[in-house]
Amino acid sequence: MNIWFSHQSAAFSLALRRLLVAPVNTLLSLLAMGIALALPAGGQMLFANAQQLANRSAPAARISLYLAVDADRKAATDLESKFKNNPAIKSWQFMAREETLARMKKSEGLGDVIDALPKNPFPDAYTLVPRDEGPDATEKLAAELRKLPKVDHVQLDSAWVRRLDALLRLGRTSLLLLATLLGVGLIAITFNTIRLQVLTQRAEIEVSRLLGATDAFIRRPFYWFGALQGLGGGLVAWCIVRLATLGLAGPIGELGQLYSLGFTLEPLSAVGSGVLLLAAVGLGWAGAALSLRQYLKDI
Amino acid sequence: MIRFDHATKRYPGGLTALSDVSFDVAPGEMVLVGGHSGAGKSTLLKLIAAIERPTGGAVLVNGQNVGALKRAAIPYLRRNLGVVFQDQKLLFDRNAFENVMLPLAIAGFPPREAAKRARAALDKVGLLEREKAMPVALSGGEQQRLSIARAVVNRPNLLLADEPTAHLDPDTARDVAEIFLDFHRVGVTVFIATYDDAYFAPAAPRKLTLDHGRLLA
Ligand SMILES: Nc1ncnc2c1ncn2[C@@H]1O[C@H](COP(=O)(O)OP(=O)(O)O)[C@@H](O)[C@H]1O
Ligand SMILES: [Mg+2]
Repeated sequence: MNIWFSHQSAAFSLALRRLLVAPVNTLLSLLAMGIALALPAGGQMLFANAQQLANRSAPAARISLYLAVDADRKAATDLESKFKNNPAIKSWQFMAREETLARMKKSEGLGDVIDALPKNPFPDAYTLVPRDEGPDATEKLAAELRKLPKVDHVQLDSAWVRRLDALLRLGRTSLLLLATLLGVGLIAITFNTIRLQVLTQRAEIEVSRLLGATDAFIRRPFYWFGALQGLGGGLVAWCIVRLATLGLAGPIGELGQLYSLGFTLEPLSAVGSGVLLLAAVGLGWAGAALSLRQYLKDI
Repeated sequence: MIRFDHATKRYPGGLTALSDVSFDVAPGEMVLVGGHSGAGKSTLLKLIAAIERPTGGAVLVNGQNVGALKRAAIPYLRRNLGVVFQDQKLLFDRNAFENVMLPLAIAGFPPREAAKRARAALDKVGLLEREKAMPVALSGGEQQRLSIARAVVNRPNLLLADEPTAHLDPDTARDVAEIFLDFHRVGVTVFIATYDDAYFAPAAPRKLTLDHGRLLA
């Protein structure tokens, strides 16, 4: 245990020294890795936010049904008897056109405009609650309702949420693809820096072998090098995402206010940050392992 | 301690550097290996340290057939011997102290104990004041002494040296030879390839002479 620890700490400080001895190279590698990691990490952060927004604003499925403007009250009562016989409808609420007009008149700025109109432009309307709120059932019910006489327009209130949901799912898949590609890129970056390291440390590796170093002893500092470089790249990525969050928080907050969504941009979560850093370390380690397998055997 | 049993080394490419070499070295002996340049002196030392493997016959060190050692076992053999290489193989990006620390780090010594041993080895070769010096800042004789310090820091019972006094002026060469004589005096088996037999005369060493890879009787 003690020997293990002193071996690890010696390898760790050697790796750190090798990183610091070429600060420009190290910085460039860290930046390249940081940017490569920041893309999927930032994307993930945005998606998590959008997902949360979609979940929070998803209303219970409601169907708005507007009658034709020229429909009379008789048409409305006919409809209600149809609603009563349709088991797919749980409840409904009638909104008379006069009510709508009165409500609209009260709202700021619209009063004058409506007064200027020759007649009531609003139709009678219903808000319906379907028994099965699942997207398929609601869609089917909406289609049925559209066929009813004197019905001008049927709108699924949650349609945009579901569209957003589908979009997010697509985005998530693309993000996964992007993350995979960039992960491979990250391994390639480490692979190459370790290759150069092995070449630079050739004399040291050779001498160490002659003095009785095991393969494990020789590999250890390179693993640390890869892992440390990965960690550095992960930290750079984290900083990039954090800065981007701070930069975007203002504009997104305003946007949220405009649409009265009460929405603020949440930064990368603790778990997200942990996953980011762990992935960065793991990828750096993997790149080092692959590179060592390739280049250490012939020294 | 060391036994060569009809050992032959043929390098890839067909050159036979050693052929049918047999001899024994007892513990505590000092042995000098002579012979013209290209006679096979370095190759002989490399077989002992398992840097090269014999293509025929056997080489035994402490009863172990080093030519047949598994790759994973070789490091442990090397930790038990000290080697002064013909080209020294110092690390030029590490100072004298760090060069001497390397074998101890490899063997997994705790840092404090290792530092103590490294200073003792540097003191033994008269380089304690130069421990912070980089190898380029050292003279030829000092570099040679540094490589000896690195070879003995593990306190091996077998010390191999490949032309340790070559390219040194006579006074410096005598100083360096004196270090080997000291180790011989305390019971270390010393095996030296050299042309400068005179420096080692006080130990009345045994002499092996190689000629085109063959051991002269
Ligand atoms: N790695 C090698 N590959 C091929 N030939 C070698 C190699 N090392 C040494 N030789 C040859 O083997 C012969 C003996 O070399 P060496 O043992 O270095 O002799 P010495 O140390 O006595 O000068 C020389 O002819 C040399 O050219
Ligand atoms: Mg030689």
